[in-house]
Amino acid sequence: MDAFTLHRLHFAFTITYHYLFPQLTMGLGLYIVIFKILQVRRKDEVAGDVARFLSRIFGLNFAMGVVTGLPMEFQFGAGWSRFSEAAGGVIGQTLAMEGVFAFFLESSFLYLLLFGEKRLSPRAHLGAAVLVFLGSWLSGWFIIVTNAWMQHPVGHEVKADGTVILTSLGEYLTNPWAFWQYLHTMLGSVVTASFVVASVGAFYLLSGRHEAHAKKLLSIAVPVGLAACILVAFPAGDAQAKMVAKHQPVTFAAMEGHFHTEDGAGLVLIGQPNMETLTLDNPIVLPRFLSFMTHQRWDTRIEGLTSYDRSRWPDNVPLLYFAYHVMVGLGTIFIGLMSLSALQLFRKRLFQTRILLWGLMLALPLPYIANTAGWLTAELGRQPWLIYDVMRTRDGYTLEVSSGNVLFTLLGYMGLYAVLSLIFFALALRILRAGPEIAPPKGSTAPAGGET
Amino acid sequence: MSLELVWFILAGAALAAYIVLDGFDLGVGIVHRFVAVTPAERRLTMASIGPVWDGNEVWLLAAGATLLLAFPKLYAVGVGGFYLPVQILLWLYLGRGLGIEMKHHHVGGPLWDELWDSVFSVSSLLIALFLGLALGNVVRGVSFDERGRFFAPLWTDLLPTSEKVGILDVYTLVVGATAAAGLALHGALWLAHRTEGDVAVRSADLAKRLCFATALFAAITSAATLAVQPLVFEVARERPWALLFPAASFAAIAVCWVEVRRRRSERAFFASAAFLVAMFATAAATLYPRLLPSAPGAPSEGITVSNAATTEYALSVGLVWWIPGILLATTYFVRNYRRLPRRLRLEDLEEHQ
Repeated sequence: MDAFTLHRLHFAFTITYHYLFPQLTMGLGLYIVIFKILQVRRKDEVAGDVARFLSRIFGLNFAMGVVTGLPMEFQFGAGWSRFSEAAGGVIGQTLAMEGVFAFFLESSFLYLLLFGEKRLSPRAHLGAAVLVFLGSWLSGWFIIVTNAWMQHPVGHEVKADGTVILTSLGEYLTNPWAFWQYLHTMLGSVVTASFVVASVGAFYLLSGRHEAHAKKLLSIAVPVGLAACILVAFPAGDAQAKMVAKHQPVTFAAMEGHFHTEDGAGLVLIGQPNMETLTLDNPIVLPRFLSFMTHQRWDTRIEGLTSYDRSRWPDNVPLLYFAYHVMVGLGTIFIGLMSLSALQLFRKRLFQTRILLWGLMLALPLPYIANTAGWLTAELGRQPWLIYDVMRTRDGYTLEVSSGNVLFTLLGYMGLYAVLSLIFFALALRILRAGPEIAPPKGSTAPAGGET
Repeated sequence: MSLELVWFILAGAALAAYIVLDGFDLGVGIVHRFVAVTPAERRLTMASIGPVWDGNEVWLLAAGATLLLAFPKLYAVGVGGFYLPVQILLWLYLGRGLGIEMKHHHVGGPLWDELWDSVFSVSSLLIALFLGLALGNVVRGVSFDERGRFFAPLWTDLLPTSEKVGILDVYTLVVGATAAAGLALHGALWLAHRTEGDVAVRSADLAKRLCFATALFAAITSAATLAVQPLVFEVARERPWALLFPAASFAAIAVCWVEVRRRRSERAFFASAAFLVAMFATAAATLYPRLLPSAPGAPSEGITVSNAATTEYALSVGLVWWIPGILLATTYFVRNYRRLPRRLRLEDLEEHQ
């Protein structure tokens, strides 16, 4: 493999692995706040136990996010130095904001959340939970603004030597692309957290342990999860797809598997892109639906992939197509599963409906796959550009680093992350086994204080 | 004062904050296995940094991203050129974080604990060494090619004067040893004034020896720098006030020595912090306006604040949020440190922690 491919693989591997953790913690932060509010407002001690239990899961995932996130901060320079040199003056703003506003906040209050419960008043402890939640969602905002700018650059100017300079911080921070992408991403994170919380609840209920806590977990995770599953698709996902159709029409055609221009284009449900014949094998298509969903008219023309110059095509059309369809397909399953669960919960029968509990329990890995597929869609869809219409990916990697050296560090990360995964599972199982009925830690070393 | 100088100072201040803050918890890692013997004592040393080490590390991220913001070319060419040591350093941080987390979860038996104690200690020592190597490389300079870029191999012939220099050479190793000794001293002094009992006593004893070692290495580093980097003489002629920084660092280590002998660990700790800052400031003041100079063997312009800085607009709009943001972060730190127990005792530890 050449250095370019290895650099791409290196970034893709490290970022994909990293995002397994923040996608849970951001959504879980919301759940901790919800359960803390129930504890404080309604004196609900079961909710208090649940918040403490979820905080332990949060703490483990946060630590994993930190150790795998630190490398990301430096991958821009290590593997992609030509990109960093050209665009650092723009993306440096948000990456530094993330450190200054989000990471300091999170790291300063996480310890209080995890170990300060006995020394803080209940309200102050809730305050710590809110600040940690806020920190993680701020961090998400700065990263999405950075990525949105690469997808749809605004507030900048390209100089003759290829350097991209910032001309308006305001425009950069209020990129319309970032708004929908943020909403879609954060709701995706809430979907993951909902399935994790529901899955743990279902597991305890099915195994006949911690019944009161399991019911508490499920009775919040199902309605919140249903709302997130619907909202992530509509309006968030829908609006984002329309933005792709408007600003990245080539990408849109590729991810929809739409090869040839048509008036009243059909929506592909399944089928395999055949890059030799430029058609779909074994397709099932809903006629005219793509036009309707994109433009609210049954007969609008949608340009197919073949009407664009091949040099502008995303370089891996089938993978992009599958990533997008996996995300959408799983999203549809999530809405179905959560709707049925919500219906049964409303009828007060969910806790007896074993088949649904089994479904919720086994669904645990699916939102991780859906979120990963979503990011693959965004990043593969942006190809062959690193900054859309400004800088090609091929022009961004570090020329000085030879392919052997990239392979060396890629293998290093793979080995380390394999070990990390084993340890993560061992610790996660341990938290699961200990269960939600645990006393708050004494927190002797926690900074005390009541003004949060 | 030019905007470039303002950002040079701000990024430098963030890095200095990193060195002083993460410096002591790295130092705790280095001395951990020597000053804490029983499992309970080892939990005590870990607990003394438990609430703060993660936040301390954030200063490195903040400083790194600040360099990207203000001096994208330095970040890009520097991190790209130091590709191998940067990745290895990141692995070490990963291992260290893992070690702390595993000790914290206290999962297995004595062998398991022994393993993670060692991972924590060894990675802390190696990180301290690498940070020193990094500083040594920046002061000595690197071998730029004709396009103004470089790729530093881990080592070449171990000489700072060769045509193509590596990360490891006799000069950078001396700086690395100085950093390891200095951070170990800083960490030992943290334990000496923040814990109680045998750990504190052993730490204070060890600090005496470390203080001597640090002063010795610092002297060797200074002499070696005069031999390796001719810029020093130029700077001494052009802006003699910059000599205040090396003078301050020697004053600080002398004060540290006196206070260690008098067993006033808290004062000694602040003296070691001042020493670390002054050493770092010496390097910064010597290099300015260079950010990454060229190695003596193959001279070129190198990277300077003016050829690396982004536009004036980005620099000035960045100030608007960076300064309030960092002040806000500082208030969290002050608050959290104030509320740490003055001295941590074995009895304070939880049984199951």
